[in-house]
Amino acid sequence: MSLENQRPTIEELEDKARVLRRHIIEMTTEAGSGHPTSSLSATEVVTAIYFGGFLNYNSAEPDWAERDRFIMSKGHAVPALYAAMAEAGYFPVEDLSTLRKLGSPLEGHPNVRRLAGIEASTGSLGQGLSIGLGQALGCRIDGHDSRVFVVMGDGEMGEGQVWEAIATAHKYQVGSLTAIVDQNGYQQTGATSDVLDLTPFAPKIESFGWHVQTINGNNMSEVVAALETAVGITDRPTAIVAETQKGFGILPVLEEAGDMNFHGQALSAEVAEKALAHLG
Amino acid sequence: MAIGDKSGLSPGGATRDAFGKALETLGERFPEVVVVDGDVGNSTRTEAFAKAFPDRAFNVGIAEANMVSIAGGLASCGKTPVVASFAAFLLCNAYDQIRMSVTFPAQNVKLVGSHSGISIGEDGPSQMGIEDVALACSLPGMTVIVPCDEISTAKATEEILQREGPVYLRLGRPAVPRIYEDDSEFVIGRANQLRDGDDLTIIANGLMVAVALDAAAELSEQGISARVLDMHTVKPIDEPAVAAAARETQAIVVAEEHSANGGLGSAVAIAVSRTTPVPIAYVNTGDCYAESGDPDGLLEKYGLTSGRIVEAARSVKAN
Ligand SMILES: Cc1ncc(C[n+]2csc(CCOP(=O)(O)OP(=O)(O)O)c2C)c(N)n1
Ligand SMILES: [Mg+2]
Repeated sequence: MSLENQRPTIEELEDKARVLRRHIIEMTTEAGSGHPTSSLSATEVVTAIYFGGFLNYNSAEPDWAERDRFIMSKGHAVPALYAAMAEAGYFPVEDLSTLRKLGSPLEGHPNVRRLAGIEASTGSLGQGLSIGLGQALGCRIDGHDSRVFVVMGDGEMGEGQVWEAIATAHKYQVGSLTAIVDQNGYQQTGATSDVLDLTPFAPKIESFGWHVQTINGNNMSEVVAALETAVGITDRPTAIVAETQKGFGILPVLEEAGDMNFHGQALSAEVAEKALAHLG
Repeated sequence: MAIGDKSGLSPGGATRDAFGKALETLGERFPEVVVVDGDVGNSTRTEAFAKAFPDRAFNVGIAEANMVSIAGGLASCGKTPVVASFAAFLLCNAYDQIRMSVTFPAQNVKLVGSHSGISIGEDGPSQMGIEDVALACSLPGMTVIVPCDEISTAKATEEILQREGPVYLRLGRPAVPRIYEDDSEFVIGRANQLRDGDDLTIIANGLMVAVALDAAAELSEQGISARVLDMHTVKPIDEPAVAAAARETQAIVVAEEHSANGGLGSAVAIAVSRTTPVPIAYVNTGDCYAESGDPDGLLEKYGLTSGRIVEAARSVKAN
């Protein structure tokens, strides 16, 4: 099946990203906790992968063996993934309002045992790329090179295991693996440049034998173009360093609320309302 | 009804807050203390120490294994490193580093795990430390402490800085009732009897101490007199106190916010079977992972309530 022919226009994808952003804000504010800003920085990437024709999936048959895989390794940004999954038909959009509530499969971090379509249980940072690598190797044994996309945080890149996975993916020339580093410049306790500066990512990852592109990760055209290039490369693993902003899409509202780049905190109902109005 | 209401406890703060405040205060008196953080100092509350003593604090980023081995290196230079992260990430992610850089070489490292148990709530099971006590207890030479309120946490913080050798101090996220007074005694390895009774003994620690006191109040209304022990030190466990409880009350309930295996329940069972075998019932989170939800709803759903302790007490007590 050629996914390319189904690729929507950039404008259509931007509209979809706006829908996802609205869901992210609404569900985290309703939950009263969560990580909206971490979800917002990755929204273009998640939107393009799910709706840009890059991920081969069937929401009516989530366990279909030859599907592509998407892993939100920075599990706290799962509201972006839940929003995409709801729009993709994995579960009703109304269920998004159950985020983080007792009994809901939409847990605070992704849980494969609770929700069909989640490919990896994450939330302890640093493990998603290794899991994705294992899935890519498993698919290769089974004779189909399903693509595996893994989204990681720039703070998460401090985990040594990430670099172990980068080395191993090169060893096995896993051309079906694509890592996206959501380089939003912040982690939990502050700016990544203060806590642990690993930039520039591109030459470091490249030196392990990967193909690496650095783009503006909040620009839909650049995201789509980078994904196109990445899926076209099949002889080695690919990485996209997505330079983003934490809270992208509602930054003026966050600035006005006086709490720029905050981490792990839902917006108050009042700020959320302003944010939704700002998104339009 | 909130935890501590039935037993008339007054509300208190979170143990992680008390730890952060105590550590900052003690920084002056203990110049060898250094803090090693893995990008969660604002959650574990080591942030206050880091602000007060910036030259004695290291934030290594999201890299728990590295964090723990760095602490081992600092300790071998005579420093007293306090390494804090979420209980789950510290014990589970860096277990071999704790083994090879801390307990095997017997380094003077203080490991502090916040966000223990299921009462962290909405963030869900990946963030809940429910295996941490078992992992910590399994390491030779490790002292394991689970304080139940702010006052005992502050005292525990001071005590562990004075004690030589590896320690694991387990902290919680939510506010918990106040159990102790400022002048109450806290000695590592010695249980505190909070209530006397002769029909059975409830042995608890952490958040479950207040729940145990609630259960004891309920049991007393039913004509059952329960002794309550705060077993804040899981390892080394206060074997004489456990043996006395077994001998004098003939039945024991162990209540802890931890999985069923390897925690306080296991430690008490070993002590009881070695000294005075009597029936024991266990109240814990069972052999499962919990889920996301509000803390009170989770405690109810996963059986960490005074009602469950009462049931356990009735099932186990000698007739
Ligand atoms: C192993 C581990 N250590 C610590 C945490 C706590 N934690 C949750 S999010 C976060 C910061 C993540 O920063 P980054 O990877 O840059 O993601 P962002 O939120 O900026 O997208 C931290 C330290 C965790 N979830 N897992
Ligand atoms: Mg970041």
